[in-house]
Amino acid sequence: MPETPTLIKRKNQLVDRNVRETVGQSTVADPRMRCLNVSVYYNFGEKKAINNVSLDIGQNEVIAMIGPSGCGKSTFIRCLNRMNDTIDGCRMEGKILLDETDIYDKNIDVVPLRARVGMVFQKPNPFPKSIYDNIAYGPKIHGLVETRHQTDELVEQSLKRAGLWDEVKDRLNQPGTGLSGGQQQRLCIARTIAVNPEVILMDEPCSALDPIATAVIEELINELRQEYSIAIVTHSMQQASRVSQRTAFFHMGDLIEVGPTDQIFLSPLHQLTNDYITGRFG
Amino acid sequence: MRRRLEREIEKIKNEVLCLGAIVEDRFQRAIYAVKTGDQALAQHIMDTDFEIDQREIEVEEECLKILALHQPVATDLRFLIAVIKINNDLERIADYACNISKRFIISFQDSRLFKYDYAPMADQASKMLRKSLDALVRMDVDMAYDVRDMDEVVNAMRNDAYEIMKKDIQDQPDKVGGIINMYLISRHLERIGDHTKNIAEEVIYLIEGEIVRHR
Repeated sequence: MPETPTLIKRKNQLVDRNVRETVGQSTVADPRMRCLNVSVYYNFGEKKAINNVSLDIGQNEVIAMIGPSGCGKSTFIRCLNRMNDTIDGCRMEGKILLDETDIYDKNIDVVPLRARVGMVFQKPNPFPKSIYDNIAYGPKIHGLVETRHQTDELVEQSLKRAGLWDEVKDRLNQPGTGLSGGQQQRLCIARTIAVNPEVILMDEPCSALDPIATAVIEELINELRQEYSIAIVTHSMQQASRVSQRTAFFHMGDLIEVGPTDQIFLSPLHQLTNDYITGRFG
Repeated sequence: MRRRLEREIEKIKNEVLCLGAIVEDRFQRAIYAVKTGDQALAQHIMDTDFEIDQREIEVEEECLKILALHQPVATDLRFLIAVIKINNDLERIADYACNISKRFIISFQDSRLFKYDYAPMADQASKMLRKSLDALVRMDVDMAYDVRDMDEVVNAMRNDAYEIMKKDIQDQPDKVGGIINMYLISRHLERIGDHTKNIAEEVIYLIEGEIVRHR
């Protein structure tokens, strides 16, 4: 029988870099989403992008996904609201539960799913419409508002929660694309929260922003945590350490280590995590 | 950038080792001054303590610079935290070398009355200091744990000195001040041992990521 590698941290020893099983606590006491043995294949099974990953996303937490390019972190969060369905030849195995409901069940409609699990992308992508319509569009098609008054209120509330109201309240009819990069990204966040999601996925939301706009978004992420669960993919180690409570480190499709962010950045358990965050590779 | 950080860390490591060697030399020479009755040497140790203080500040500034510019994490961060603390311990050890010199100078007239050979105690403290710094260089946690055990020997020596002091005071009650002053040298050496133990514990933290102090 082959010897199974130990996953328990021994004194004076990081877990060997060849160990591919996840080190650390991948489950939480109060999960919002649970991913069980998730594998993802591209090119009709030719390429395995995610390998048997199990990970919980807790309520009211920010979980950061870090890892070198191509490690599968973006692929992974795109599974959480079935964005990968749009990719031809992409197949997913395993189970992803949102409040104990399998989101890959054949009876699940992805449109409301993507409202419950919203997404903010790397580049701000406001609709080519007014600031007002950018926010109002989603709630209208999801039937969350009926009257003009309700819509007005929701637009104001969403922009306020995204910290953008004071900057745009006098020009709601101007195009969203006319805002600065940081404002556009906050507009996209406002648009996401307007449809009352439970989880917000963020794929490098600040990589196109300057440090000031980044700080505003990070502050916002921290505030949004009070109401939502947030999974953020970031290439910035500092950002992961600043905004998240848990950090998951991916490497070549495997979830190598997951744990409290302070532990990951102070005393990681796995050699690969240590080498990556200290810049020895990646 | 990684290479630059590695170079900076290597440089700091060398500076700390250099400081460690100088500090060790200081307290060994202080004990030698006591043993040989060399007041000039004792005075010299006190007069040159500023050199250690200066080096301590330089090492600390280097560490702060790296923290600010590279924002290190994990092992690199633990290394810098450990070095900042070790640096401080080394400076305190040098202060004790000064204190030993000072006690000797103010009790010079009575220094022969207290018959305790401090050389073995100083040697033990030296061994501990060298071993704790070796543990840092080699990242050897076993060596660091050894230093913790070695501290008991220094403590036992201090207790010996205490027993001798009690007897000496009974024999020469008119020389109490001088005898206590000379006994206090053992207390300083014992504190030096404690600081080397701290250094070892910082090395354990650096390697294992666990704080083992007060255990």
